[in-house]
Amino acid sequence: MAGKRFRPDMTVVLAVCIFLFLAVCPFFLSMFRVSLIGKYMCYAIVALGLDMIWGYTGILSLGHGVYFGLGAYCMAMYLKLEASGESLPDFMIWSGQNSLPAFWKPFANPVFAMAMVVVVPVLLAVIIGYLTFLNRIRGVYFSILSQALAMILSVLLIGSQEYTGGSNGLTNFTTMFGQSLSSPAMKIRLYYAAFIALVVIFIICRFLVTRRIGKIFIAIRDGENRVRFTGYNTAVYKVFVYGLSAAIAGIAGALYVSQVGIITPADVNITPSVEMIIWVAIGGKGTLAGPMLGAILVNALKTAASEQFPELWSYFLGIVFILVILFMPGGFVSLRSIPGKLRRKFAKTAKEEYA
Amino acid sequence: MTAAERISSKGAADIPLLEIDDVSIQFGDFKAISHVSTTVGKNEIRFFIGPNGAGKTTILDAICGKNQVSGGRIVYKGEYEVSRMKEYVISNLGIGRKFQAPSVFNGITIGENMELAAARKHTLYSTTFHRLSKEKQEYIDYCLEFVGLIDKRFKYPTRLSHGEKQWLEIGMLMAARPELMLLDEPVAGMGRKETEKTARLLEKIKKECSIIVVEHDMQFAREVSDSVTVFHEGRVLDEGTMDSVSKNQTVIDVYLGRGGES
Repeated sequence: MAGKRFRPDMTVVLAVCIFLFLAVCPFFLSMFRVSLIGKYMCYAIVALGLDMIWGYTGILSLGHGVYFGLGAYCMAMYLKLEASGESLPDFMIWSGQNSLPAFWKPFANPVFAMAMVVVVPVLLAVIIGYLTFLNRIRGVYFSILSQALAMILSVLLIGSQEYTGGSNGLTNFTTMFGQSLSSPAMKIRLYYAAFIALVVIFIICRFLVTRRIGKIFIAIRDGENRVRFTGYNTAVYKVFVYGLSAAIAGIAGALYVSQVGIITPADVNITPSVEMIIWVAIGGKGTLAGPMLGAILVNALKTAASEQFPELWSYFLGIVFILVILFMPGGFVSLRSIPGKLRRKFAKTAKEEYA
Repeated sequence: MTAAERISSKGAADIPLLEIDDVSIQFGDFKAISHVSTTVGKNEIRFFIGPNGAGKTTILDAICGKNQVSGGRIVYKGEYEVSRMKEYVISNLGIGRKFQAPSVFNGITIGENMELAAARKHTLYSTTFHRLSKEKQEYIDYCLEFVGLIDKRFKYPTRLSHGEKQWLEIGMLMAARPELMLLDEPVAGMGRKETEKTARLLEKIKKECSIIVVEHDMQFAREVSDSVTVFHEGRVLDEGTMDSVSKNQTVIDVYLGRGGES
């Protein structure tokens, strides 16, 4: 074990393998598959943010669909306005609106919309985080609160149909920055935009967790009180990591809606929020590479299962989750310890044979 | 007299490091501490002893900001009223606290545990972009050497024995260079040998700071303490050197005698 710290970190090796695979995908897969994988990459981005807050800092947020959704809606508002041109967005006409609401207007500017993709989720996360963490609401109480948030947002989105498109969400986009969204070239561009975002966000997260701040996150997870008595204002760190994961989710949402072309309140609700947690758990929390892998694999499996057995796929997801929790509490990433375990086991039996 | 006047009239040396002034602590209707006053001087090892439920830990909690004081005040260095401050602020003033159960961070290595404790700047920016100074690194090495864990600095604390965890925690306190250390039963669950080692550690640490220890181990208290405060039912029963309090008949009746009789 002495030389352990000189060995390359297996999770980084795994991450690089994932990145290499994703980088070459468009060269040998059909356009249909490529856009699916582009979607999975958005999920992988969310998983990175969730790993920071849950895997490292130990705060279980069951409402990250909110931040994903906010990012997606901000981007969708821009896309919708661009698709509508001079006239009102279609759903507004249907619900009897006769002028564009004031808060929609600035979203015609793509730069403003892209800034809001990050600003709105971070603002909400900082307000919620400030109120909860400063008042020392934590553990399961925070989880319930975050889940309620997801519920509230989706009800709000459905309820205010004239502003948000109600339960149909925002869809029927045509162009982005003047380029047709349905053209293969644009699809490939969006795919690589998501890819670059994934790599950059991974590098940022990796940088943070290897620094002292990352050790503080882990310390907060292991014993928050002790961190406080060591002289750290833990609320600041928790608000920071919550805001960071919200920003990441927002970016993922924006990339998602550009590629998939629709965002509805159903993507913001509790179910998708909990699914995000499942990706992280299955991949292996606290490893960064694990949750990315989890998000991609689980969704690939989900797609495969829903193609083959449209009525049963949700059971597959459930079974995988149960199996992983039972046999691999550390997630897929814990498979890396199997060669070592086998080697030790063989070494032991060999020794016994000689004895 | 204000703190400033006290400095001018008596000189800084006379100000006690910690002054507990008529402190009462209440949990609902239950009075855990009533009207406790004592002072702790520089480089003093003070033991708080007394039967279970006497309020020793409660007062330690009040000093480090874990408990609210319902009456009286706790003044640190003659100018900081710590009874009105948040935990992390108190810690940054130089008051380090060790709880009874060893609480080290299992998810990071022993060296990283020490780094967290040794860092003085606790902002998001400095924890992200600054590395510890060479001087701090060397001091961490010194502290690890001091508690005998230098060879294990790249290991995780889960590998440590109970005693080693306690020492790591003491090492972490040291690394923060506190002026007052609050230790809650540091030798509980330790064997005789480990206890002796801990006693030697405290003797050395004492040169750099004052220490308040809550302890049940009387032999340990006798070996290490400069002075002791005996608590009983939330009040101070007696205070003085270990020898003088062990001659006090009330102390013998409520506390020291019991061990002999049963």
